[in-house]
Amino acid sequence: MTVQLTHFTAAFVFAIFASVVFGITHRETTRDMIRYSLYCFVMFLGGILVAGWAMWLVRK
Amino acid sequence: MANSTAAKTKVEPAQPASMMSIIAPAVGWLVPGAGHLVQRRWIRGLLLFVSIGTLFVLGLLMQGHIYKANGGDILDILGFVGDLGAGGLYIATLALNGGQGAIAFAIADYGTKFMIVAGLLNFIAVADAYHIAIGKKR
Repeated sequence: MTVQLTHFTAAFVFAIFASVVFGITHRETTRDMIRYSLYCFVMFLGGILVAGWAMWLVRK
Repeated sequence: MANSTAAKTKVEPAQPASMMSIIAPAVGWLVPGAGHLVQRRWIRGLLLFVSIGTLFVLGLLMQGHIYKANGGDILDILGFVGDLGAGGLYIATLALNGGQGAIAFAIADYGTKFMIVAGLLNFIAVADAYHIAIGKKR
């Protein structure tokens, strides 16, 4: 059985799970964990999108 | 004068080594999140198990390649170290002969990286379990 994900879906999935782990392991209180997870998620996904467009610009 | 030196030097009391400081990291490496579960951090442990486990399993299902111990180039060695972090998942995958295909297409490359990252995230989780065990974190 092979799972086929689009590039964006793979990035989304990666960002979600990595952010959850970062939030849990890098903060103490529940509220801080959730806030940091959301921050990491935005950074991961945003960084991927920015890097993708930057590579498109370089190639262009 | 003698007092000022003593006042400046602040000695932290030594944390006694406990069984939990050995057990939690060990089980946490074997099963992602288990190091938190044995310390009754149920939600954290469950979230870590689901996150790291899903990343690893998805990586396998995407036909990712799993690295064995090797003396090859630095990237292969780093891939092995990353995969090793997944502990029991890595051992079970090797035992079942999984992840042995070549990285033939893009999604398999993503799968390979998913498994490496899952292992690295588990290393972080193990360190977190250890810090909870020694009282450095609640």
